[in-house]
This record gives sequence, C-alpha cells and structure tokens, in this order.
Amino acid sequence: MTATTEVSTGSTGGGGEVGRARTRKEDQRLITGRTRWTDNIVLPGMLHMAMVRSPFAHAKITNIDTEAAKAATNVVTVLTGADLGESQGVCINAWPITPDQKAPTHVPMPSDRVAYAGEIVAVVVARTAAQARDAADLVDVDYEELPAALDLKEAAQDAVLAHPELGTNKSALWEFDSAEAGTGGDVEQAISKARTDGIVIEREFRQQRLIPAFMEPRSVVVDPTGDQLTMWSATQIPHILRFALAATTGVPESKIRVIAPDVGGGFGGKLQTTPEEWIAWAVARRLGKPVKYTETRSESLMSGHHGRDQWQKLTLAATKDGTVTGLKVELLADLGAYVAVVGGGVPVLGAFMFNAIYKFPAYHFSCQTVLTNKTWTDAYRGAGRPEATFGIERMMTELAEQVGADPLEIREKNWIKHEEFPFSTVSGLEYDSGNYEAATAKAKEIFSYDELRAEQAKRRESKDPVQLGIGISTFTEMCGLAPSRVLGSLDYGAGGWEHASIRMLATGTVEVVTGSSAHGQGHETAWSQIVADRLGVPFEDVEVLHGDTQIAPKGLDTYGSRSLTVGGEALIKAADKVIEKAKPIAAHLLEASADDLEFEAGKFTVKGTDKGMAMADIALATFAAHNLPDGVEPSLDSDATYDPVNFSFPHGTHLCAVEVDTETGGVKMRKYVAVDDVGVIVNPTIVEGQVHGGLVQGIAQALWEEAVHDEAGTLVSASFVDYTLPTAADTISFDLGHTSSPATSNSLGTKGVGEAGTIASTPAVVNAIVDACRPFGVDDVRMPCTPERVWKAIHSKDAGGQTATEGAAVPHLTEDEGAAQ
Amino acid sequence: MTKIEVTVDGARYSDDVEPRTLLVHYLRENLGKTGTVVGCDTSNCGACTVHLDGQSVKSCNMLAVQADGHEITTIEGLETNGTLHPMQEAFHECHALQCGYCTPGMIMQSIDLLNDNPHPSEDEIRHGLEGNLCRCTGYHNIVKAVQQAAGAPTSSASTGSVSTGSVSTGSTSGVAS
Repeated sequence: MTATTEVSTGSTGGGGEVGRARTRKEDQRLITGRTRWTDNIVLPGMLHMAMVRSPFAHAKITNIDTEAAKAATNVVTVLTGADLGESQGVCINAWPITPDQKAPTHVPMPSDRVAYAGEIVAVVVARTAAQARDAADLVDVDYEELPAALDLKEAAQDAVLAHPELGTNKSALWEFDSAEAGTGGDVEQAISKARTDGIVIEREFRQQRLIPAFMEPRSVVVDPTGDQLTMWSATQIPHILRFALAATTGVPESKIRVIAPDVGGGFGGKLQTTPEEWIAWAVARRLGKPVKYTETRSESLMSGHHGRDQWQKLTLAATKDGTVTGLKVELLADLGAYVAVVGGGVPVLGAFMFNAIYKFPAYHFSCQTVLTNKTWTDAYRGAGRPEATFGIERMMTELAEQVGADPLEIREKNWIKHEEFPFSTVSGLEYDSGNYEAATAKAKEIFSYDELRAEQAKRRESKDPVQLGIGISTFTEMCGLAPSRVLGSLDYGAGGWEHASIRMLATGTVEVVTGSSAHGQGHETAWSQIVADRLGVPFEDVEVLHGDTQIAPKGLDTYGSRSLTVGGEALIKAADKVIEKAKPIAAHLLEASADDLEFEAGKFTVKGTDKGMAMADIALATFAAHNLPDGVEPSLDSDATYDPVNFSFPHGTHLCAVEVDTETGGVKMRKYVAVDDVGVIVNPTIVEGQVHGGLVQGIAQALWEEAVHDEAGTLVSASFVDYTLPTAADTISFDLGHTSSPATSNSLGTKGVGEAGTIASTPAVVNAIVDACRPFGVDDVRMPCTPERVWKAIHSKDAGGQTATEGAAVPHLTEDEGAAQ
Repeated sequence: MTKIEVTVDGARYSDDVEPRTLLVHYLRENLGKTGTVVGCDTSNCGACTVHLDGQSVKSCNMLAVQADGHEITTIEGLETNGTLHPMQEAFHECHALQCGYCTPGMIMQSIDLLNDNPHPSEDEIRHGLEGNLCRCTGYHNIVKAVQQAAGAPTSSASTGSVSTGSVSTGSTSGVAS
C-alpha cells in the first residue's frame, strides 16, 4: 500500500490541529480505486433486481402479465405489488407540516394505480443484472390512463386530481404571521401604508424543479442470511433508514443492520427512504437470498426525488428611502406525487429565512403544498433556504433599483449591524453572531467593486453589445439541524441531536465513532483534527468510524449542514468525558490529588512538578486494570449525545460579474467572489472545497439546470444529455475569502458550510444578469437563464423580441417552403 | 460467447464474454476491477474512463470484445512500485475530490490530457475535462490538480482563486471574535 504524502509534517499531539489545512485521510482509497460503493458488493448466491416502471404519469393498472418474463433465462421470479402486499411496508413522511396535512399512502410498489411516470409496478429478480433487465422488457402491463395533474398552479385549482381519493391536490397550508407570533407587526398595515407614501414591490418568481444528480447512482443490497438482516444502501441516512424499516415492515429494529459504505454524493438526494430500498428489503426477505438493485442514470433522474419547484409571490413594503417595513411571502410548492420523508418541510424551512440578514418589522409567510403527478420532491442542497434567499435577494436588488441606490447600500440600510447581535428576528429565530459589514467590505475589496462598476458605466455609455452586470447576494442561512424542541414544535417526527463515542485503545490509538454519515464531506479528516486537539493525541492516531449501524449504533446522519455543529459538539463532549474519566486514574498512578492535576497537550501533569503521564499511558494502564483506584471502572471510553441549543447562522457576501452578449443572449461569467463567515474553521481546505462545489450547484440553477416534464408528464430531461450538469468548461475558478464571527452555540464556534455556496450563488448570478440587461428595461429573467430567455428579455420591447423564436418558424415554413413539399 | 484476451493493469486475462458486454461491466463484474465505476448510461459523465493502449476511453462506450488484444489501465493500475502516479498525488494534495465517485475517471482523463498537451492553459484543461462530470468540487481544485501535475504554478495568476492571499485561515479581517 502506498501512503499519500502529507503536505504538513506529522503531528505530535501538541494541538494546533483545528484550523490546519490538512489533506484528507479519505483520499487514499478514493484515488486508487479501493472503494466500497454499494454496487461493488457481491455476496454468494446474490440475485439482481430490475424494475418495471410506469410510462404514464397517472393511470390505473388493469393487468400485469408476468408469464413471459418468468420464463426468461435465469429469472428467479417476477413480483408485483399484489404479490408483495403488506410485506412491502410503506414509505414514510416524517414531517406532517400541519395536523390536517393530506397525504396519499405511499406503497413502494402500488398494485392498482400509478401516480407518476417512473413509478415501479413490478420487479424482476434474476441471476444477473443483465438478465433481469432483459426480462423486465417482457413484463406486459395494461394501463388505463387517467388525467394527470401536472402544472403546479393548475393543480392548486383542483381541476384534475393527482390522487382522486383525497378529493384535493392541496396537501397543507402552513402559515406564519409576525403579528400573531408577537415577533413583529402586521404586514398588511405595512403594505397599505407603503402604497400611500412609500414603495411597494410585487413580484412573482419561479423556482424551477431541479434534480440533485449525485454522481453515484443509488444502489441497495439486502442480505437476509443469518439472524440479522443487513442492508447496504447508497444513503445519507443509515440510522433513519433503519428506524423506518423497523417502523414500517415489522422487523425488530434490533434485527436490522444498515450500512452506508462509500457513498458517492447526496446533496439531499440520498436523504430519503425509497421504494427501491423497501422493495429490495421485501424481496430478499421473501426469497431468503441476498439481492441487489442498482439504478440506471435515467431511473435515478426519474425516480430519485427532485428539489425546489415553487412559485413565489412576494410583496415588499418600504419607505421611500428604501427602509423595508414589511415582507409578505406566498408560496406554492410542488410535492410531486407523494409527500416524501421531509416533503412539505422543505419549503417550511424557508419560512425562517426570507427575512434573511435584515431587520424587517413585519412579516407574513404562507406556503401551500400541492400534490401533482410528477416525481416527488424533497431536500436538495439548501432545502428551502436557497429558495428563500433567492426571493429576498432578488427583491432587495429590485428595491435598490426603485430607490435609485446601490444595491449594497440598500442592503446595509436594512441589515442587522454587527453590534446588534444576538438578534431576535421577525421570524422568531435568534441569530447568535455575524458581521455583515466585514464580509461585505472584504468581498468588495477582492472583487474590485468600484472598478467593475466604472467599467459597467463605460459599457453602458458606449452601448457595448457586451454588457457587464454585477450581482449581489448577502445571504445567511440556518443550519446545524436542529434543536429537538424546535423540531417538536414544528411537528417533525424525530429529534435533531447527534451522537459520538470515543474508544481509547490499549495501544494508544483512538477510535472515534460518529453518528453523522459522511458521503464526501471529509469527516474522517476533520473529526480527527478535533479529537487530536482535544485529547492531545497525534492526528494520525485517530480513526473515525461511521455509516454502519452496528459500528455507530446511534445517530441522525448527515444533512442540513449539521455534522460539524451538532456532531462535532457531541465529539467534543465525548472527548471531555474521556479526560474526566482519565483524571482519577492519572492521579492514582501519579500518587497525587486529582485537584493538583492539569491536562494539556495530551498529558496530565502534577502542578508545580515535572511529574506527568500521557493519555496513551493512561489508556494502557486502564486496559491492564492492575492498579486502578477503588471503585473506578476499567475504561476511558465515553460517549455523548448532544442536542443543539440553537441553529447556526453562517453568512456571507457573494459578488458576481457576468458579461451578457445582448446580440445572442449568451452569459459568460467573468468573476465570482465569495466571502463566507462560517465561524471557526476546522480545515480550510475542506471548507473551500465545500464552497466551490456549492457555488457551482447554485450557479447551475441560475444558468443551466431544469427538470422538464412534457404535457403527458414524462420527464424529458431524464439523462445527462438533457439534464445539463455544468462541466469544467462551463465554469470558472473562484475567488474566496473568509471572515469569522464564531458561533456562540457550540464549543468550537463553528457554523455549517455544506450548503452556503449553493444558497448564496443563485441570486448573485441572476441579479448580475438582470443588472447587465437593466438598460433594456429588463427587471427579471426566469431561471435557468438560457441565452434564449436572456435574449427575449432584452428584446421583449422591440419588434424582434415579439416575433422571434416562439411561433415564428412554423408559419414561415407553412406559408413559404413548407407548402411546396 | 466470444473469447477475448486482454491485459488489464499488467495482468493477462482470457475470458468468454457475451458480445454485448460493455468493457466497464467486464472490468467490474468479471475481473473485480470495481475501482472503475458507472455514472450514467449515455457516455456523458466519464466516471468509467480507463486507458486503452495508453489513450483514454469511456469504458461504458465500448464493448469488451473490442478490447480483445489490447492493453487496459484502470485507476487500480496507476501506482508503480508502490508509488502513486503524480496525478493521484496532485488530486490528493489539491483536494480535487470529495465523494470520489468521479475521481477514477477524472484522474484517467487528466493523465490523458497531459499526455496530449503537457503544458495546458486553464482553458485547455477545462475543455480537456469537458467529458467528465463532477458534482462535488465545482472543478476548481481539479483544474488546480492538473496544473500542479503539469508542473505549472497553481497560485494566483493561473487559477484566479487564491489571489487575495486572504483565503485560507478562519479568523481574519478584524472581525470581533
């Protein structure tokens, strides 16, 4: 085995790990191909599954003929929903957002009716994956097509029902009003006052539907051999998955082991309990054989949950000088065909973030969730907070335009000043720390804001066909999900704590067990740094274990930028318990009073003497247990379960410059500066990587990505040919900076970083495009801002814009050349 | 079934395969070379990239029988005498991977890129990697890694990234702590 070269020198346990740009421990296996993706797992006698999926968005299943498939080579069986019956269990929604939320029962494989194109109607089990897929084509399903509810706004009118038995598509209406909650004034009053002597801006924005599009397709292996049932799954949430399997399939939780081995990205897309997992579970139990299912990319894009998909109606009231007096938010959110595990909770998370970094005196939020006959939606990187940030950052830019002020100045006029923290917001949260002035000053400096504004003015004046636009996003987010009491008050079905254990091994190394479940975030490295500092052991001697419910029996997994702020704090508390347990043993061995001991850099010393003992020696002595004080257990091992007291609130100022070719509508990114305040940074290299990746996902929403269904409800962007992820050639290198106002809610002062880039970047890009097009009377461009949309926006008021592209080609052909053919 | 003989990562193999078997499935399922992975069905993502006689190919885009008589190198065969390939080192040092799923293909393609063009510009690197998708890194550090492997300075001028000198550490800029 080759060891990767550490850029930094080896550590001695002397501290200084937190803040150090360590290269990652995880990399060695990943860069040499010694990986354990779920699809790599092969077990003796393992069978393979292929799914038969509905081509219709909404249809009755009138007959399924499996005979030909069953007769195919090496097919073991073909099973339908009727065959599996109740043994399938059900897919759960963990967050009914209102007591009267309407949700259809989500059977993993329905037997009577399908509710979206891609829903599973039969499963073929064969000796090889290829044979299973071949036979899947032989399953003959008769459908009686039903009208499908597809368009979100139309679905909200209940003209066509996605689930006729519910009698409505409207699932839940969730509301927050600052006057009722006592956190602010009455927004209607603010709006009506502004209509007479202030500014009212009313806008409707579209948050298009996106697909998480993690690189590793989802895969599941179930092994029913032996006394325990084991599931390997490409999941972000092994612990929640285990709980849900037990709760819905009747298998005792103690008999279930779930393993998330190497997992190739998730971004919320693997924060789900899926029909595919449940069907694999049922089939393996029924056959008594190990089974595997790995989705194709098209299946992944069709049936893995989607994200975003909202209409946002926003009303902002302000005084004439641009001081905001109220914000009203009315959302329509598309749930798709079923209420997913978080489901309607995703837009609700946005409820707390529309007021962003600002001091709004009045606020009203409502969200109507709507069922349609499309792929279900759930968390995608940021989950509710990117949508909110987009809405408010677009509105603040439009307010600046109305007032005739610089968009940064308007923001500063309204934001919370650094000396005003802690600050209770109009949506009822308490922001513990932040410094928007510092982040903005730094971003402006790195960006050369004034120079770029001067260049913009010059290009406008010279009527340059290539116009420069500058976009701003001063965002915050709530992360570190979540205080359990808050989740309880919102009717979420679980808590938000996290667990960690530390095992002090006799030979001096340390095993750290964490309940968070990394899938690319670098926990093994960062957690090692934290423990190395706290216990004073070498970084190299810390081994981090996770993602297997038998090894890490307790946890609530990885999402919502929670791992470091919640899981990291559990780690600190467990480490402190180790030190507390070691202290009486050290005192006994050093023949000193525990009160006279000091612990520093991994060593207990007797104050005022040179007598001391290192943690590793205490671990060995504890293991031997020959000479321990009376009544002390022979173990230093400790664990901690930590429930956060608050969310964490990272923030930042992102500035984006784009060049818009007004003749083609093409958008070229010129410069992107992100200054993020994520509190104390454990590993700057990992943090920068998170920001880079987050930025590109947010930029991709602004420019390229959209899940598109046709009139029949078929997902037409169901391959990477049509769902256009950005490539290296589409993107640029970024300029990053950091400021730091440490979180006060955890020992290290950390905030989350996993979602920040995505949350911030989308409005920065769209604001830049609108800014470039502003001289042409443009005040919005719908996402993704394709060249066609940008061009149309620019030319909407001239003759070219009214006749070009749409509708023009067909009459032209019919009248002239078309008729001759 | 068709008989093929291939050399993969220095070892010779002789197998009977179904003519329709894709090279990537042959590598993964017959040879256990699971370091090479499948990310899409349409040859867009490049996760399955390997070298065939020293040139990169997407192994989902070719049949195993087409590899008959050829020499294949996968991510698992890049180390020589226990030493990582400089591109593997560069990916590690530049933090050019997160989840690591695209990494085998990305490294194989990056090596091919430098074989063709030992001193590429940032733009040439970005276009040279256009056929390989990554969802985690935003490509920023992948570009840096290729620059480092090419022996180019990876600091400010070429990547535009860390030019301010204000990037890395957490506590900066006079903010109260």
